[in-house]
Amino acid sequence: MCYLYVELQSVISIPPRLIHRGQASVYDTGCHSTDFEVHRNWLAITHSLPVSKWYHENTSEWTLDYPPLFAWFEYSLSHVAQHFDKEMLVVQNLIYTSPATILFQRLSVIVTDIVFIYAVKECCRSVREEKGSKDLLGHPFFILAALLLWNFGLLIVDHIHFQYNGFLFGILLLSVARHLQGRHLEGALLFTVLLNLKHIYLYIAPAYGIFLLRSYCFTKDNTDGSVRWSSFSPVRLVALGSIVISVGALSFGPFIAMGQLPQVLSRLFPFKRGLCHAYWAPNVWALYNMVDKALSVLGVRLKLLDVAKLPKASMTGGLVQEFQHSILPSVSPSITLICTLLSIMPAVLSIWCRPRGARGFLRCLVVCALGSFMFGWHVHEKAILMAILPFSILAVESREDAGIFLMLTTTGHYSLFPLLFTAAELPIKVLLMLLFTLYSFTSLKKLFRGSLLNPLETTYLLGLVAVEILCEVVYPLSPWQHTLPFVPLLVTSVYCSLGVSYSFIRLYVSLLRQHGTDKHKQL
Amino acid sequence: MENWSLVSICVLFGLTARWAVSLNSYSGAGKPPMFGDYEAQRHWQEVTYNLPVHEWYFNTTDNNLNYWGLDYPPLTAYHSLLCAHDHGFDFCWVLVADLLIYIPAVVLYSFYLSEGSNKKKVCTVLCILLYPGLILIDYGHFQYNSISLGLALWGVVVLGLGWDVLGSLAFVLSLNYKQMELYHSLPFFCYLLGKCFKQGLAGRGLFLLVKIAVTVLVTFALCWLPFLSDPGQILQVVHRLFPVGRGLFEDKVANTWCSLNVLIKIKTILSTDTQLYFSLTTTLLAILPSSIKLLMKPTLWQFKLALVNSSLAFFLFSFQVHEKSILLPALPVCLLLNDLPLPAIWFLQASTFSMLPLFLKDGLLVPYVVTSLAFLFFSIYLLSAFEHCSEDKLRLGCLRHLPSLIPGSFYFSITAMAGLSFMSVALAPPDQLPDLFPLLVSVFSYLHFLGLLLYFNIVQIAEPLQSVRKNQKKSN
Repeated sequence: MCYLYVELQSVISIPPRLIHRGQASVYDTGCHSTDFEVHRNWLAITHSLPVSKWYHENTSEWTLDYPPLFAWFEYSLSHVAQHFDKEMLVVQNLIYTSPATILFQRLSVIVTDIVFIYAVKECCRSVREEKGSKDLLGHPFFILAALLLWNFGLLIVDHIHFQYNGFLFGILLLSVARHLQGRHLEGALLFTVLLNLKHIYLYIAPAYGIFLLRSYCFTKDNTDGSVRWSSFSPVRLVALGSIVISVGALSFGPFIAMGQLPQVLSRLFPFKRGLCHAYWAPNVWALYNMVDKALSVLGVRLKLLDVAKLPKASMTGGLVQEFQHSILPSVSPSITLICTLLSIMPAVLSIWCRPRGARGFLRCLVVCALGSFMFGWHVHEKAILMAILPFSILAVESREDAGIFLMLTTTGHYSLFPLLFTAAELPIKVLLMLLFTLYSFTSLKKLFRGSLLNPLETTYLLGLVAVEILCEVVYPLSPWQHTLPFVPLLVTSVYCSLGVSYSFIRLYVSLLRQHGTDKHKQL
Repeated sequence: MENWSLVSICVLFGLTARWAVSLNSYSGAGKPPMFGDYEAQRHWQEVTYNLPVHEWYFNTTDNNLNYWGLDYPPLTAYHSLLCAHDHGFDFCWVLVADLLIYIPAVVLYSFYLSEGSNKKKVCTVLCILLYPGLILIDYGHFQYNSISLGLALWGVVVLGLGWDVLGSLAFVLSLNYKQMELYHSLPFFCYLLGKCFKQGLAGRGLFLLVKIAVTVLVTFALCWLPFLSDPGQILQVVHRLFPVGRGLFEDKVANTWCSLNVLIKIKTILSTDTQLYFSLTTTLLAILPSSIKLLMKPTLWQFKLALVNSSLAFFLFSFQVHEKSILLPALPVCLLLNDLPLPAIWFLQASTFSMLPLFLKDGLLVPYVVTSLAFLFFSIYLLSAFEHCSEDKLRLGCLRHLPSLIPGSFYFSITAMAGLSFMSVALAPPDQLPDLFPLLVSVFSYLHFLGLLLYFNIVQIAEPLQSVRKNQKKSN
């Protein structure tokens, strides 16, 4: 019966996705994001050039900066692409956008989304639910399916903006689902594959590493929950190790053999880019930049600082640049790395000391993803999805998580608004955002019977509406449009970083509180 | 989940689908010298904004009627004037019109006049809002059908709630927006007249009749006010609205004359006048049974069926019908989604399919495919269409063996439509028959429409005049 339900709701969820994919896929009268050209370029590079040149090629500014497995993926796609339009595979054809090219690119995202749909189905199967008859719409797995398949962020980023995140997140969610189902080796395999497709997932590797080491390699725990060293299983460790090494060999092997490893790594980790992306992701550094700017303005006004001595670089001009902070100390990549590690350390330690099974691992994963978003170097606002999507699973199971989820999701999704800035895209992003927000609030409220947010949080979220009106309506009609062009981006970024930081803190508090109650139980 | 939130989600979903379709190419995009309907709307804004009222419908040096001359009643002209004042993104106006007029009418209809659980009502809202034909024509081809259809729907809703005068007002406004609403006028007339008869012509009935007549006349007068000063004006407007000189049909359309033309070239055999009388006679014959039945039994259920039968008969037999006019029967069929899901879905899909050549011309293939699939999927699943296929549910008391054939025929029909759609796109027609695919599409659709016309007529006429006690809830 349950399985039938799951099948039914995954079937129901497919056409809505098809509608949006389909509708968005013919949105080629508007502008294309640069990601379009990026992927077209990669198709061209992998198809037209020999493997030894892939990571050296730089005719276009959008060089290959994903790990080799993704390059192989693009290579296999290019074999299909040649039937659509051979011209797109010529490296010199920069910014080539024939209708056939666009159609192929969009279709490829739609088709690879099948992985995502399958992953969602598997996640829904693992969701715990209370007994008692509910109608289909009220079942947690249905809500989870809708929250994942209709995720506003994913729709915007993948199908209107263009990336393969659906495919990649599908693999991530599938890996999580396998761990929830107890199939750890498969989960590990999937994660290794994912890591070799996009190395940003390195941020959540600690969660995987410690969890697998602690809960999989040590087969038994002591009665008080601490490590039983004697139950260490070398077989399991070797199994995990061989998975990681074999996938890595498949992916990096050819490049190591050609001695190109340093070149590949330099492409993968380009630290030349600035602390923040052109539009500040709503993290700690956005607040840091804001405080710095505010202090410098204040300092100039109070004649404590000399204007000429301040660095001139603008931070949210829309282009990626390096910059220095004026008053507060400048932040280097190593500092961000240390901050990130410090932020995820307590969470990782807690699953070592008091493992709470696969769900504890999932919580730690979300914390790692969010921590890396908060403190990372050159973070993209799209990275918030790495925290939101896995968190959806926890949100349909616990009341407190649902509250944090609503806060994080609404703020995180709103922070994606600046990605779509033309007039034609405005109704779509507003409508989709309203759809998702309305659905998530009402369905979770019904599931947990009662209000999930306190008045302060509700007021903050309503403030988002005010920010939107300010940025889209008031600002363009005001005289500041030319003198202070960065204001909408700044306001959006700073306002959202407050919400995201708050969610991060609450998530941590809930994790540590659970850790505390476990300890309390032992006493 | 709460009703209001479910309905909001459905409405938002419908709006999103509409906006997404509008982002595609539109009628006449980049096709000089005549361009398409989008250019027509823009031209009307120009004409109404710059010229005085008495020149709007006349051929002058400033107003060349051959280049998209105004051929809708005055309310369209006033609306164009309003739009001309704000040169915003034109598609916004269609969305606003939908939001203010059509969508509220759909929501009110589903919640107050249809039956079933709350969930069923919400599903009805969603399915009606997802009807592909209207979305593609209004947002893809670019027109304002949602205003006239929305006003007509308001008329139905308000009449259903019992406010006859307001209902007739809404319908008159709709008529003054697009003259094609005349297809719906006979049922409105018969329904109201029937109600007056029922209340007794000696007393309250007569009073009601007078109230309605006065409302209709006053509304007409107000709409046509600028033109009333000069009889010549009125004649010219009427001449623009009803171009009887243009012949029995134009292009390929899924009605009787075009399909008959395949076998017998009636356009060349008969003179224009004979054609006119012939079509008039057949149309009247076709609408007579349903109108008389409605006159005798003016209930909401009969009214909805009569709307379908009358507009479909007009579509199939009338003069100078355009393929977009299928939207006029489609609206009342949407209202039947709740009661007769499978026939309604079949009709609505066939109506969308019949406009395929138009969509292909406008470059709307992908929206057509996606919206049709979505509509079919949602409506069949949410309204449990195949579970309502029994004799009783289909109200085909006399034809006992037919219901068992229906699911199979439905699948066959949809497959054939998909096949023809694919062929129209993928294959090139042979040189001797350049219009092969549009013709096949229109003949295939015609057969569907004819069959469904017979079906809906049977359903309407077979209902007993005096409702039995257990069917009491069906009557108004």
